[in-house]
Amino acid sequence: MRPEDLLCPSPKGLYSPAGDFYVDPTRAVPRAVITHGHSDHARAGHAHVLATRQTLDLMAIRYGEGFAGSTQALAYGEAVAINGVRVSLHPAGHVLGSAQVRMEKDGLVIVVSGDYKDAADPTCAPFEPVRCHVFVSEATFGLPVFRHPPAAGETDKLLASVRIFPERTHIVGAYSLGKAQRMMALMRAAGHDAPIYVHGALTAITDYYGMQGLALGDIRPVKGTDKAAFAGAVVIAPPSSMTDLWARRFADPITCFASGWMRVRARARQRGVELPLVVSDHADWDGLCASIRATGCEEVWVTHGAEDALVHWARTRQLRARPLHMVGYGEEDEEAAPADGAAPGAEP
Amino acid sequence: MNRFAALLDRMSYEAGRNAKIRLMADYFRTTPDPERGFALAALTGALSFANAKPGVVRALITERADPVLFEMSYDYVGDLSETVALMWPKLEGAPAHAPLLSEIVHGLSTLSRSTLPRRLAGWLDGLDETGRWALLKLITGAMRVGASARLAKTAVASLGSVTPDEVELVWPGLAPPYEALFAWVEGHGPRPETSNPAPFRPVMLAHAIEEANFADLNPGDFSAEWKWDGIRVQAVAGTGPDGVRAVRLYSRTGEDISEAFPDLADSIAFDGAMDGELLIVRAGRVEPFNVLQQRLNRKSVTVKMLAEFPAHIRAYDLLMDGGEDLRERPFAERRARLEALVARLASPRIDLSPLVPFTGWDDLTRARADPASAGAGPDAEAVEGVMIKRADSPYLPGRPKGPWWKWKRDPHTVDAVLMYAQRGHGKRSSFYSDYTFGVWTEGEEGDVLVPVGKAYFGFTDEELKRIDAFVRRATINRFGPVREVVHEKDEGLVLEVAFEGLARSTRHRSGIAMRFPRIARLRWDKPPGEADRLETLEALLR
Repeated sequence: MRPEDLLCPSPKGLYSPAGDFYVDPTRAVPRAVITHGHSDHARAGHAHVLATRQTLDLMAIRYGEGFAGSTQALAYGEAVAINGVRVSLHPAGHVLGSAQVRMEKDGLVIVVSGDYKDAADPTCAPFEPVRCHVFVSEATFGLPVFRHPPAAGETDKLLASVRIFPERTHIVGAYSLGKAQRMMALMRAAGHDAPIYVHGALTAITDYYGMQGLALGDIRPVKGTDKAAFAGAVVIAPPSSMTDLWARRFADPITCFASGWMRVRARARQRGVELPLVVSDHADWDGLCASIRATGCEEVWVTHGAEDALVHWARTRQLRARPLHMVGYGEEDEEAAPADGAAPGAEP
Repeated sequence: MNRFAALLDRMSYEAGRNAKIRLMADYFRTTPDPERGFALAALTGALSFANAKPGVVRALITERADPVLFEMSYDYVGDLSETVALMWPKLEGAPAHAPLLSEIVHGLSTLSRSTLPRRLAGWLDGLDETGRWALLKLITGAMRVGASARLAKTAVASLGSVTPDEVELVWPGLAPPYEALFAWVEGHGPRPETSNPAPFRPVMLAHAIEEANFADLNPGDFSAEWKWDGIRVQAVAGTGPDGVRAVRLYSRTGEDISEAFPDLADSIAFDGAMDGELLIVRAGRVEPFNVLQQRLNRKSVTVKMLAEFPAHIRAYDLLMDGGEDLRERPFAERRARLEALVARLASPRIDLSPLVPFTGWDDLTRARADPASAGAGPDAEAVEGVMIKRADSPYLPGRPKGPWWKWKRDPHTVDAVLMYAQRGHGKRSSFYSDYTFGVWTEGEEGDVLVPVGKAYFGFTDEELKRIDAFVRRATINRFGPVREVVHEKDEGLVLEVAFEGLARSTRHRSGIAMRFPRIARLRWDKPPGEADRLETLEALLR
């Protein structure tokens, strides 16, 4: 069996001809396998969706209960057969519930990473390299300039600033699914036990993380809180709301943004960020290279991000490699689209 | 170095002046000598290193990293120092010694061109991403963190109870690492002696006036004068305790530009400090700015240049008259002293900027619209607008709101078609933000667009995103960082471009050079076929 018979790019997303299913399709399809709950990967309207329990729950929170015709939950490591293709899900370390999709037929194994990171994250199961012949990797941060420092150091930077400017509010822009909860967990681990205030868009997802057993401490809604309480406090909000009227209630705020994009100064400045925090839920360059090697694969396909650099690197390591030029990913995903899809590799 | 790097990093994102002062003051307060002194030198631009050139940095990275990955990264980041700082691959087992700023400053000033690269690589191995970025910015002289020398001195002053102006006065006699300065400011040392008989005084600047401001302003409280289109200068002269006379010409930021204008030295025949506009005056007429440009940013001036482009000062204000400080006096009184001085000098190189008489704002509106018939005569082309100054205003350093206003002339505008876009630098490095635009002219096979200028500001961040998206969508050709975008009569993007003036140019295919072009509006609604024609611009030249 040729790899292309098991998986190939198509206008609607990655498609398995052998199994007649799509992975993270960008348009409605009869049968979809979803890697994680971010909006560019998990869309509503598919007839059938296979994903982890947590991804299904998060999709229901975002889109409502009827987001798909029918759903099927699959635990990490558990396998099902779809038209003769053996499909299983494995932790991707990206956000709660995120999974890599392993598919196997006639001895050929392809793994689709979805979005992943190999860095530690207390809010989700750690990334597990899965042995395969073909590894389909993202490359959101696929340039050697993207090296993410330990997240604890970035958290210290935030808390140090809170100490220098105790009369100001630190508004931390963080994506509502995953990053926001990770920032809460990081701040708690650094000993910050004051209340953390959150934007309304974060409440339901944060509550869900809590129900999944994650202790995030005293989390309070911004809405209905007396303005005086925000002096010296940390507020977490979706990035888009930071320039909204919503943010005007905070006197003299310091705009912080937790994202891997903050590694590049132009990115941070473009957004008017005053305190960039380099905290990413994607693998950095070293992480991508190490993860690809850890799969023992012979061939790498690169879905979205800075494909060219990663393909070049793989070829210098004697791996077959090709860019898939997938469109639709990283463009509407909050994490991957800091400024109108001008992500590396987002160019046609 | 790591602490200093953290300061620079934080400051590079901080827009607030007061917050910057606090961050710097916090650093100075908690960092020992001589480290903080070298930091102050770096912040005030007092350091320069001859052997550290961007080429050295480039050579180091190509030695260490895959050149293809480096080029891709550089293309994305758009800044050499930052690219190298971020992707620098540390040598396995390199000693993790983070160098001190003083070590680096000492090393850079003593190492030879051949020994520098190896030492630099060692320092880079010892630092983290932020430390490497700061080091590379420091050595390549491109350390822009939005803090002027003035701001750094203000932060130093805030450590104790002296004013920034007092720091400014002693500054010319000091050298890094400024131990005596810190000791004085912190109250455990004497005031350092200044030996500069002709120091710079921080200049006073004006706010742009808006329509709405006039309602609150009483014309009787103000006087008006032309705003000349040259460069703002301060001419200072004095005699030191050793009896040696010093004559200096400063730019408005305090940069000593005396050497570039030796033809003015003899004319500054007074003791004191005069504020004025540097212009080129030939046969009694003020030349436009593009003529003055011939004299700017030159390391040396030839006799021919001096003869061809004679420099001139048009005086606005008098800050010091002899040893007497006039800055606390009202503008009207300073103006009278200035008039007396200029009359006494009777120099062909120094004259007064005349006042523009007016009784109500309507008069001034007319004068601004037509300076030629309001007293500027044949020099009207060199008038950039009018300055409105309160008669009772003291001379205050900085840009205080209220006492002085500037009211520029309305710019010209033209509808042009976007032809090429280039990726920007710095904060815009991943956006197509530099735009070459053209207007229609008759070609051999019908109308063609001819480029008439390039603009890279005037738009909002939101507009930038939209143009960037358009450029990516409408690309028809790529030349390195430049993209050609579709520009047909019925397809393309029309930009309303504002500019200050036009000059004939042999360097441009259109024969025209635009002064200070910027994007005034995006005309998504307008078909490119309806954009302006070259003849419209040529008419302005007559």
